[in-house]
Amino acid sequence: MAEPLVSLNQLEKRFPGARQPALAGISARFQPGLVTGLVGPDGAGKTTLMRLMAGLLAPSAGQVLVSGLEPVRDAGQLREFIGYMPQKFGLYEDLTVRENLELHADLRGVLGAEREAAFRRLLHFTDLERFTGRLAGRLSGGMKQKLGLACALLGRPRLLLLDEPGVGVDPISRRELWKMAHELIDQGLTIVWSTAYLDEAELCGEVLLLTEGRLLFAGKPSELTGRVRDRCFQIQNVAGRRRQLLARALRRPEVLDGVIQGHSVRLVLRPNAPRPDLGELEAGPEAELAAVPPRFEDAFIEVLGGGPGGDSLLAQRVHRVADDEQTVVEAAQLTKKFGDFAAADRIDFAVRRGEIFGLLGPNGAGKSTTFRMMCGLLTPTSGTARVMGIDLKKSPSQARQRLGYMAQKFSLYGNLSVRQNLDFFSGAYGLRGKRQKEAVEGMIEVFKLEPFLKNTPEALALACAVMHEPDILFLDEPTSGVDPVTRREFWTHINGLVEKGVTVMVTTHFMDEAEYCDRIAQVFRGQVIAAGTPDELKQSTAGPDLPDPSMEDAFIALVQSQR
Amino acid sequence: MKLRASFRRLRALSRKETLQILRDPSSNIIAFLLPVIMLFIFGYGISLDSTGLRVGLVLEDSGPEARHFADSLYGSPYLRVSTGRNRQEMGQAMTAGRVRGFVVVPEDFAEKLNRPGTTAPLLVITDGGEPNTANFVENYVRSAFELWLSQRALERGEAPAASVSIEPRFWFNPTAESRNYLIPGSITIIMTVIGALLTSLVVAREWERGTMEALLASPVTRAELLLSKLLPYYALGIISLFICVAVAVWLLGVPFRGSLLALWLTGSLFLGSALGLGLLLSTATRNQFNAAQAALNAAFLPAVILSGFIYEIRSMPPIIQAVTYLVPARYFVSAMQTLFQAGDVWPALWPSLVFLAVAGLFFIALTALKTRRRLD
Repeated sequence: MAEPLVSLNQLEKRFPGARQPALAGISARFQPGLVTGLVGPDGAGKTTLMRLMAGLLAPSAGQVLVSGLEPVRDAGQLREFIGYMPQKFGLYEDLTVRENLELHADLRGVLGAEREAAFRRLLHFTDLERFTGRLAGRLSGGMKQKLGLACALLGRPRLLLLDEPGVGVDPISRRELWKMAHELIDQGLTIVWSTAYLDEAELCGEVLLLTEGRLLFAGKPSELTGRVRDRCFQIQNVAGRRRQLLARALRRPEVLDGVIQGHSVRLVLRPNAPRPDLGELEAGPEAELAAVPPRFEDAFIEVLGGGPGGDSLLAQRVHRVADDEQTVVEAAQLTKKFGDFAAADRIDFAVRRGEIFGLLGPNGAGKSTTFRMMCGLLTPTSGTARVMGIDLKKSPSQARQRLGYMAQKFSLYGNLSVRQNLDFFSGAYGLRGKRQKEAVEGMIEVFKLEPFLKNTPEALALACAVMHEPDILFLDEPTSGVDPVTRREFWTHINGLVEKGVTVMVTTHFMDEAEYCDRIAQVFRGQVIAAGTPDELKQSTAGPDLPDPSMEDAFIALVQSQR
Repeated sequence: MKLRASFRRLRALSRKETLQILRDPSSNIIAFLLPVIMLFIFGYGISLDSTGLRVGLVLEDSGPEARHFADSLYGSPYLRVSTGRNRQEMGQAMTAGRVRGFVVVPEDFAEKLNRPGTTAPLLVITDGGEPNTANFVENYVRSAFELWLSQRALERGEAPAASVSIEPRFWFNPTAESRNYLIPGSITIIMTVIGALLTSLVVAREWERGTMEALLASPVTRAELLLSKLLPYYALGIISLFICVAVAVWLLGVPFRGSLLALWLTGSLFLGSALGLGLLLSTATRNQFNAAQAALNAAFLPAVILSGFIYEIRSMPPIIQAVTYLVPARYFVSAMQTLFQAGDVWPALWPSLVFLAVAGLFFIALTALKTRRRLD
């Protein structure tokens, strides 16, 4: 085995004032010539570890060695050796592509003929040749990413540190980025790639799986997924309501974890557990149990000790909403223009009661704009948005009483306590007196909320959105960056609410999460490019070379067929 | 502490900073348009002189002496006089704000005037709700009356024995136009905005946008970082200073008696302290909003209130007077007033220049200490 390029020895980092260390007891070795993934949810310590390796933070205890150098002590030598792309890419948005490159070239001493050659090579590599005169702020997310990468590659570093390069980028650009990463590996570079997307972990040569500052696993991703091999199944051809089936399955002792996957239900069994009896689960006469390949996420759940179970205390508290199949949310030719730019362009969809409807697309596709129009927060330029038959242009406040909205990044007041937040939002939705008190107490009990905002913002945000028992729930990117167990808990509540007749609209850029929806609309550049059930969308793009496409494959194929 | 700098990197960073300034509309407005607007506001809008004060007059004595005095009031350039029938009518006019005060010439005016040893026979009623204006009214009426008395004595061939005549003569600002000392003061405000407020945002902005992290991971040194922030904004401030002075001299007609060299030296030293403070706040807060708030309180407000620009320092309570000695703007105001109104009077300039230099070095050194090559 080759000499490790990076070695971490009982590394610890504490920040003043924080109760828990950001990183503790991390020991690992990174081999040269690989993409090493730092994988984990937000707050796991990925960025802190990156910064320790880049010499931007000093360890509180333990040691980091990068090619034999101590990053803080040997900062001068280290900077010649590494290229670093921080989150949000570290670009000057008011400088052009070329000016950004020139700045970094000057800073790194890439001059003269070497410089022109480097620019040519990197612009060609990143396919940015046509955009050298464009301001970086005017580039798409994917192009910014590539420019950030090009800047980090100036001066020919041997180790490339990329902090969450996959965030805020459409799936096509993300694939291109991975392709570029593998080309760089072939040229002899070593890459550290941090990510909260678990599907990216499977593309890495080695991974460090982190959560809350602890190292859960270090090694090849296949080694981790291998632990759940032969324990992953799909219940296919389900008759009846698959969410109820999932809840029943999760109550069984042999089931470790389960999620909705299109029309099917995906289960991970405990080690050496017998296969569940489909008859007992009332899966229907046609149901089959098919073995499926394990995913990194399955293994992560196992490392975390299994899923949270399938019963939602929240749903038990909620009253049943009318059980008709009426259309409750409707967008007709919905358009929003900001100047010349159409953020949402003639969007059409209709959602029936008790359905989970997803808007799927990369950042900047127009999901949130559409969402805000559906909630009456933005006035459409043209077209209509109806909720419960009420035109939002005419009487938005009447419609708003019937819906709950959970905004991206959870619109909570960080300097209020949990109870104060609940009191505020319940009051804002018009709850008073005894009913308000019961609702607040109920939410604290259901979500086991602690008195201070800590690691449970998503639970509190959901609590705030559902306290007034809305008929329709709007969730804007509800689970980006959270760990898979928290995500399961969240969806357990949502599934429970839907079984009570609540209608849910959700936006997500997680392709996997789209599988939890009954129907989805794929949004790209302000337009709906395809709509249907997850299975329909995937099958519509299946071909001889890709018989079983993933949701991401389907998305990419649909975008490319548009061009 | 080691401060190394490579010319190449410094030039690259300064170039970047300059491009950002040129492309940022708000920087341009603050540096080039704001000075002109502010100078016009201070030059024309705010004037501490009073001309054309609206004053009422009630003549209860209709004799020739009373009417003679009334004529002299009508002739005053400082007063715009309207006559009323009685005190009630004038009182209502003042309540309604149509006049700032009124003068009553009582029935026994002529009688008392000609009887030696009696008190002033005039009644002046002013609006105490605006004490400043009330003072103006009182003083202008008083001086008009005294002028009339002495002229009357002169006409009769008497010596104006009873009243003491004060003949004011203003040095350095012979016509005592407030514009001439407000303009140097307002240049101080402009320099403070550019120096402290604008620069307080720039380092914080780099932290907020994540570009600082990318810079820190490159071979940039602390000295380069600091100088690349100082130099472009220094240039911006100096250009703005010369624009201010040009506007003041050529458009507003304010005399400038100093030399350009002395102006440049004074301006540079003050900019040093303002930039230093702005960068210090920006570096310490790493947040644009907090940095701007801090700069407003630490630089802008003291420059307005404690610099002696509008409020006379000698009329402040002793503790506040002591505090003003710590405000760089105070020294700049004083130096600028010297340069505008008196010229290169070095003995008057030196103390201010020395303090400004010390303040600048102090803030910049503190910023250098606070600037880290790391994030923690």
